[in-house]
Amino acid sequence: MCLAVPGKVISIEGGTGLIDFTGVKRKASLELLENVTVGEYVIVHAGCAIERLDEEEALKTIALFKELSGSDDI
Amino acid sequence: MMEGLKEAAAKGFAAARFEELVKKGHGRTFSIMEVCGTHTMSIAKYGIKTILPAGIRLVSGPGCPVCVTCQGYIDAASDIARRKEVIMTTFGDMVKVPGSGGSLADARAEGADVRVVYSPLDCIRIASENPHMQVVFLSIGFETTTPATALMIMNSRRLGLRNLSILSGNKTLPAVLEMVASDEGRSIDGFLYPGHVSVITGIASYERISDRFGIPGVVTGFEPMDILHAVFLLLTNIINGNNTVINAYSRVVRNEGNIKARTITDEVFEACDAYWRGIGKVPGSGLKLRDKFKDMDAWKIFDMIETESAEPTGCICGSVIMGRASPEECGLFGKTCTPDDPSGPCMVSSEGACAAAFRYGR
Repeated sequence: MCLAVPGKVISIEGGTGLIDFTGVKRKASLELLENVTVGEYVIVHAGCAIERLDEEEALKTIALFKELSGSDDI
Repeated sequence: MMEGLKEAAAKGFAAARFEELVKKGHGRTFSIMEVCGTHTMSIAKYGIKTILPAGIRLVSGPGCPVCVTCQGYIDAASDIARRKEVIMTTFGDMVKVPGSGGSLADARAEGADVRVVYSPLDCIRIASENPHMQVVFLSIGFETTTPATALMIMNSRRLGLRNLSILSGNKTLPAVLEMVASDEGRSIDGFLYPGHVSVITGIASYERISDRFGIPGVVTGFEPMDILHAVFLLLTNIINGNNTVINAYSRVVRNEGNIKARTITDEVFEACDAYWRGIGKVPGSGLKLRDKFKDMDAWKIFDMIETESAEPTGCICGSVIMGRASPEECGLFGKTCTPDDPSGPCMVSSEGACAAAFRYGR
């Protein structure tokens, strides 16, 4: 029920964005966020973008998980 | 951006570090509760319990909004759905939940127009395309989902739609978390907090719980490494007596949450008491439409109330929801209660503890 999927905003029309979920494109409302721009990553739940992905934090997390699992295979 | 992480990498992480920690705990058993249906599913799917050493007990709490919806809600929904002028719209996993007199699927088989939607916003299109029908949306969900419904209500009002309403069953988590934390019949040592609810709410209510009850928590994502790392951080804090809240999902959760989403929600909804299946009344944990939206309130339009009804004989969903019993302890589990023929909501919902246990067997 709380599944939210990350995707990239590829175009915006009014309050609606076209989001690319690694190949699958779907529309989502951007009205729960302020000033979303094309090229940003957002997470989408029930047809609405509920937050932006923080790239810096995401990269830190990837690096942390790589270090913890002793694996480059992430 | 973030790819799914392999179980093997996760296992590599877990084996070394958890053994050390469990030793520090001197053979004590630790109980950690998650309160999110998606966590329940992820834990089952990735076999997290098989990766963790003995001594760490992962318990599912009341985190599945479908599972905690009372039969009375389903009964009211079925009653409304059967009316000729109604198109009922709903999230998919509500369709097969049994009420005291059957499910929405049963109503549909008898001719009711029941349609599954992915987003509450889809209801606007359906209402616009069917101006002579009353479109009624079954509004279920926790804080992650409620803002989308609130947005739908506001957009519908702005568009001047007159044939769209919601049957509100939305709930909020803080009050029920405090109920679990203060339940003397159990000892929860730590909470895995729901990642996407937290995107909306931020961490303030969890900090109140750690202050008041001395129970630490970690805001957790949904990849296997997210969950293992969160359990590791949580266990470390439990053993060291640190009653803090850590945001381990900072790539999407801001400590202050999504203020705009909460503002929109507050514009449309206000708090009320709510009945949680298997738990009973949890004061202030429900949401109802504000009076200015009463023309979109299906409870009022159709003059419905949510009645209480008894569980089917032998069904212990209530105990499973509160983490007091495991699915396997239910006499109906896997015998008369299966995903194809569910007795209670924990088996019906795609994220219920029983559905997870049945599907993944671990």
